[in-house]
Parts: sequence; structure tokens; C-alpha cells
Amino acid sequence: MSTHEKKHSSERLQRVIELCKSVEDRGVDPFAVDVDDIIATLQKCFHEWESPEELALDAEAVQYLASVIQNQGDWVKRRSTSLYRDPFLLEEKIQSLNKEELATLFTKVWNPIIEMEQLSIPSLAEAIKYWNDLVPIDERWQKFDPMKVEAGATTREELVRLRILAEKTFFEELETFWAELKQKVGENEKILYWDFVGADTYSDTLDRAYMTSFLVTYGYATLELHPLEEEIFIIPFKEPRSGLPDKRMVSVPISVSHEEWIRWKEMKQV
Amino acid sequence: MTRKAYYARKIKKAAQLLFYKRHMKPGVKGWELKNALGSDYPKVLKVLDDHLEKLDMQVKTVFEGEEPKENPTLEELNKARFFITLRGGFPSKDAKMMGWRIDDIAGLATAISYIISKDGKAPREEVDELLRTKLPGWRVDMNLNRYIRAGYLAEDENNMLYLDWRTRAEVDQKELVDLLLGTGS
Repeated sequence: MSTHEKKHSSERLQRVIELCKSVEDRGVDPFAVDVDDIIATLQKCFHEWESPEELALDAEAVQYLASVIQNQGDWVKRRSTSLYRDPFLLEEKIQSLNKEELATLFTKVWNPIIEMEQLSIPSLAEAIKYWNDLVPIDERWQKFDPMKVEAGATTREELVRLRILAEKTFFEELETFWAELKQKVGENEKILYWDFVGADTYSDTLDRAYMTSFLVTYGYATLELHPLEEEIFIIPFKEPRSGLPDKRMVSVPISVSHEEWIRWKEMKQV
Repeated sequence: MTRKAYYARKIKKAAQLLFYKRHMKPGVKGWELKNALGSDYPKVLKVLDDHLEKLDMQVKTVFEGEEPKENPTLEELNKARFFITLRGGFPSKDAKMMGWRIDDIAGLATAISYIISKDGKAPREEVDELLRTKLPGWRVDMNLNRYIRAGYLAEDENNMLYLDWRTRAEVDQKELVDLLLGTGS
């Protein structure tokens, strides 16, 4: 096959991909795509492809064609449901009705959600109490003169005691923490975020949440999110992973508030 | 505690959970109700629904995905979202009391009906064009954005519009199509 012919076939595949994409993205009628013709074209060209780029293009075309076939299936399924009506007739009806008629008709089938966004008497009382107990702003923002202290020497032990320096380096601590995670997970693949992070005191819980965030950032573990159940699991890796080039990096904000810690403790006691 | 008192307490709690907005989105997830009311919460909701019927309200269940389910499993219910909605529609003149102008309702009806007619998704520019035949041009974009913000419509990165969770919760789509087709014939 000449280079010119190859280029021509490659352009044809690109057009096939674009057509299939337009079904997916622009809502074009999936039956506008002649699947048999495209399959014949793909079969004809397949033996001529040699380079990985050409084969990848072929695979992409097959993938998009599969999605068109799926769209055709959905189309047939939808037509068989009771909701299906001729779209042209429906569109014509929408066009022919004026604003008032449309609104009258719509309110017959519209049952808006009822929700309340009002303050309750107890919450108002709580707000008043807070306001009355609040110290005036000039008192809250009082300036204190800094205490003067003489400069002097200190030791490493003293800094460790004052928690300015850590006994271990950060990465040593991280590795210890990682080992603890692996041990807690044991045979299971994962552990609930709060079951790992939660500790007897809120301060310790915050420390553990802080270290966990570094475990995930530095590739010692990953998070598995179940948004519907509002559950988060931590999955430790056997070996630290330096990067995940095939995956998009995302930030996951996790609230570790005092209320949530209390709730976790209560649930744990139950 | 007697059985009656037990259910009375649970119904009260269910009503509070469903009426008061607790999240950004209104409504309560099934698993939240399960945590608060126990695993027999579908039974509690059924009794609450019977009470609400006298006030022309109902407990509405919106399942994940498009289709309503006739005999849902407990797992499907746990993942569903529950709302309290009106039961039998209302006169369009009352819409003003809810902060909706006739223009806004007509626009919403047009957008939803058109998307239904296009198998559940339609390009924004087509909906925009159709709305311009019903509303003043300057309101069209503003209204479409309002419907999207409220959760009636969703828009993807290709500017395709879809029906969103609030339409599934509040609008009887089948009845809307039937009424539309029944007009002027």
C-alpha cells in the first residue's frame, strides 16, 4: 500500500471517529451511522496497518463504533418505553402553545419540593446567648506588650521536650505510621478512614489525620471514596509509589472536626 | 413503649428530617434515614406519606439513575433520595407565591419538554433558540442558568443539557408528555 493510500485510509478512519463522536457528544441520530459500511472499511484497512499509531487509530475507531451501537440499543429501548412519543409532534406542540398555556399545563404535573429554611426558637435563643456572652471587640483585640526574655543557649533534648524538634525525622515517623496502617489493615485490603485516624483524644486524631495526608501524598497509600455512602477508605500500598502518571491527581478535602470526632467516638462505643 | 408510641416518635423524627433542609441539596438519603430511624424506615415513611396525603403532600423517592423502580430493594432505597413534595400539582396563579413568574414556569416547561422529546439530552443552543420564541431574549440565558443552578437541568462540557435530579423529583414526565400531546387535538 502506498503512503498516499495509507494517508487516505487514515483520514477516512478519522472521519469515522468524528462521526461516531458526534453521536455521543452532539446527540446526532445513532442510526445515521452506517455500522456495516464502517465495519467493512475497518476490515479492509486492518491488514494494511503496521505502525502502533495506525493500530491505535483502528482501535479507537472500533471503540467509538461500539459506543454508537450501544446508543442504537438505548434508542430502541427508549422507543419501547411508555414515555416515548414522536419527538417532532412533541416539538410542534411546544411551539404552538403560548406562555400561559404552557405554565398552566406544567403546574398540573409539577410537585415542587417542600423544604424549610427557618430558625427554630432554640437556635434563636442560642444565638442571643452567644451574642450576649460575646466580649466587646475592643476587649477581644486588646494588645499585649510582648514579654522580654534574655537570649540563651538550649539543647536538642530541650527542643524535643518542648515539641519544637521531633525525636525522629519526619520520614522515619511516616514510615512507622505506614507500618502501623499496614498492620491495622492486615488481611483486609482497606480500612475506614475514621477507624484508622480516630484516636482517644481529639489532638491525637488531628496528628494522625495530618500524617495520613502525607501517607497519601507521598504514595504510601491511597484513598477510596464512596460518595453515596459518605465513606472513605485508606488502602496502603505494599511499596511506596513515586507517581501515577496515568491517573489524574486530585485533592480530597476531609473534614476532621471536633463534632465528627465525638460522633465517631460515640459510634465506636456502641 | 407501645408500638403506636414507637411509630409516632419515628414519624415525628422522619417529618423533621425531611422538612428541614440539612444539606446543600434538599431531601434525605435512604441510608441517613436508616441511621436515624432504623431499618424499618420504609414503613415509617409509608405511614408519614398517609398522613401527608390529607395535606396534599407526599413522600417522593428519587432513585439513582433515570428510571423509577416499582419494587425497590432495601439497598436501592438506601441509595435513593427522599423528599416531601406537593401531591397533585397546583393552580398556576399560585406559582407567584412561590417566587415563580409565569415566564419562568413556561420557560422551564419548554426546556424540560424539549429535552424529553430529544431522548433526554439536547444541545443548549437548540433549547436557547426555542426559549427565545417564548421569552424575551434577555431572560433566556438567565433563566437557563437558573434552572441549572436549581437542579432542574444539568449541562456537560459539550454544552448538552440533561434533566437533573430536581426534575426527576418534582415533575411527572410521562404525564407532562401526555398532557402536551393532548392539547389542541
